[in-house]
Amino acid sequence: MAEKVLMKGNEAIAEAAILAGCRHYFGYPITPQTEIAAYMAKKMPKIGGCFLQAESEVAAINMVYGVASTGKRVMTSSSSPGISLKAEGLSYLAGSDLPSLVVNVQRGGPGLGGIQPSQSDYFQATKGCGHGDYRMIVLAPSSVQEMASLTIKGFDLAEKYRMTSMILADGTMGQMMEPVSLEQAVVESYDKSWAVTGTKCERKKNIINSLSLVPEELEQLNFARYERYKKVEENEVMYEEYMMDDAEICVAAFGIAARVAKNAIVKAREEGIKVGMIRPITLWPFPQKAFEEAADKVKSFISVELSMGQMIEDIRLYTHSKKPVTLCNRVGGMIPSPEQVLESIRKANEGGNK
Amino acid sequence: MVVFDRPKSLCDVPFHYCPGCTHGIIHRLVAEVIDELGIEGKTIGVAPVGCSVLAYNYFACDMVEAAHGRAPAVATGLKRSDPDNHIVFTYQGDGDLASIGTAETVHAAARNENITIIFVNNAIYGMTGGQMAPTSLPGQVTQTSPYGRDTSHCGFPVKVSEMLSQLDGAGYIERVAVNNVKNVRNAKKAIKKAFQNQIDKKGFSLVEVISTCPTNWGMTPDKALEWVEEKMIPYYPLGVYKDRDAEKKEEE
Repeated sequence: MAEKVLMKGNEAIAEAAILAGCRHYFGYPITPQTEIAAYMAKKMPKIGGCFLQAESEVAAINMVYGVASTGKRVMTSSSSPGISLKAEGLSYLAGSDLPSLVVNVQRGGPGLGGIQPSQSDYFQATKGCGHGDYRMIVLAPSSVQEMASLTIKGFDLAEKYRMTSMILADGTMGQMMEPVSLEQAVVESYDKSWAVTGTKCERKKNIINSLSLVPEELEQLNFARYERYKKVEENEVMYEEYMMDDAEICVAAFGIAARVAKNAIVKAREEGIKVGMIRPITLWPFPQKAFEEAADKVKSFISVELSMGQMIEDIRLYTHSKKPVTLCNRVGGMIPSPEQVLESIRKANEGGNK
Repeated sequence: MVVFDRPKSLCDVPFHYCPGCTHGIIHRLVAEVIDELGIEGKTIGVAPVGCSVLAYNYFACDMVEAAHGRAPAVATGLKRSDPDNHIVFTYQGDGDLASIGTAETVHAAARNENITIIFVNNAIYGMTGGQMAPTSLPGQVTQTSPYGRDTSHCGFPVKVSEMLSQLDGAGYIERVAVNNVKNVRNAKKAIKKAFQNQIDKKGFSLVEVISTCPTNWGMTPDKALEWVEEKMIPYYPLGVYKDRDAEKKEEE
């Protein structure tokens, strides 16, 4: 393990990307993720990399598309309103089967919203950001260490499956400082024979393209892409179970909400309430099985979210609504307190005893 | 002896372009230039959205299809991926480059991005069936300006070459046409220079090519070429709008 250093979450993402071999970053200023761009602006020129401030989020994601077309590791980062602008590019990246890493350090919405933390882009990230049938691998870090490790993982998964990995963080994760240990990532090498790097007059030309005017062909392309997505669902689900062995109440939370929920669970356990947590680390692919299995064991679920209730829909879906699911939330840049979560746990406990 | 042949950089496939459309000529000029400069193996082309969306099937080099208007941003990524070994060009129409992609165009020029842009201006949206373009002439009848472009209602055409030449970043901007043999020869010279500039790392080069759309203009090919001479060129005068290299030499 490398020596631990104190870092902001945003900086940890930037440094981890460099350690993962990313040498191209394109972005546009937006709070609360600007430290990523600032870090890249400082570092990239010194290591032969490219930092470029684009004229818009739209341009930045298309610059990403350009570098991704050449088979190199590339990333962009933004916050909620900026991700909406990148939605077009994300759809094209998916349609052209290009790997990329996109970071969303979420802030309150909709519209211009605020600049404080939020998780209200869950739908956007997991259900389709742009048009068309496609998926992104969505990774939800819950510590500065995970901001780094999931960034490295994200690059790997993106190349392995030729798709976009999104780091779905929030303003708290981006801004908070924690000790983090950073090590040079092991970079797997994947087939890049599809990349455009100039034919050198030695091979047939490559075309990076999402247009397919023959419906029969476009259908087959979609089928093939979803076969790939199926493999992601089979192989890449990540989640953490906390005190679930004898749990009668299951809290579901990711990112900063999971940090708060953990505190509440410890306190509830002191009161003798059997409560645990499933913390999805991949929001897509969603840990379906973990929730399916928990539904047969626990009396009820509580979804703790910084949104009006978005992940709760997936919990209801994958538990087949076998058990009641309640929502414990704050929105608009507010974060639930451990006491608020504890109160929800107590209520669920009383309900369960009736 | 072969006196006339298909350029190597052009694929042996039938074009989908309408009869009399000058895209074919412009494609050929670009391919001839790539051949003559011997850069086919290093070249990556970016196709737009619009009539030339399928250009990725026509050029023999590596090709990328970009989202509508985003070609200069995509080209920026392609170039910055390997600036010494990639020759990158975009091929864009007027709706793509001068309307939805205005920001990408202007900022690629402002950055002096070392890429080559072939901008085909035929004053209309061709692919979608003849709507008013940012470059449609005042009074021009199109599907979405059925009573003629009314400048009091929807403003004036964008003169891209004039506009970009105001930017310190832009290296070389020239407007050409392909309506007669003399102009075709000049167009080729300009396109060659725009690629040579990139090889020489001289930065952003854009060649605006005044083109035709007989189908959506509702004219015969002959009449369309006359319309270029009589209407288009007076509004969009041909010539070099910016040549930083020549300006530097003059100063010296």
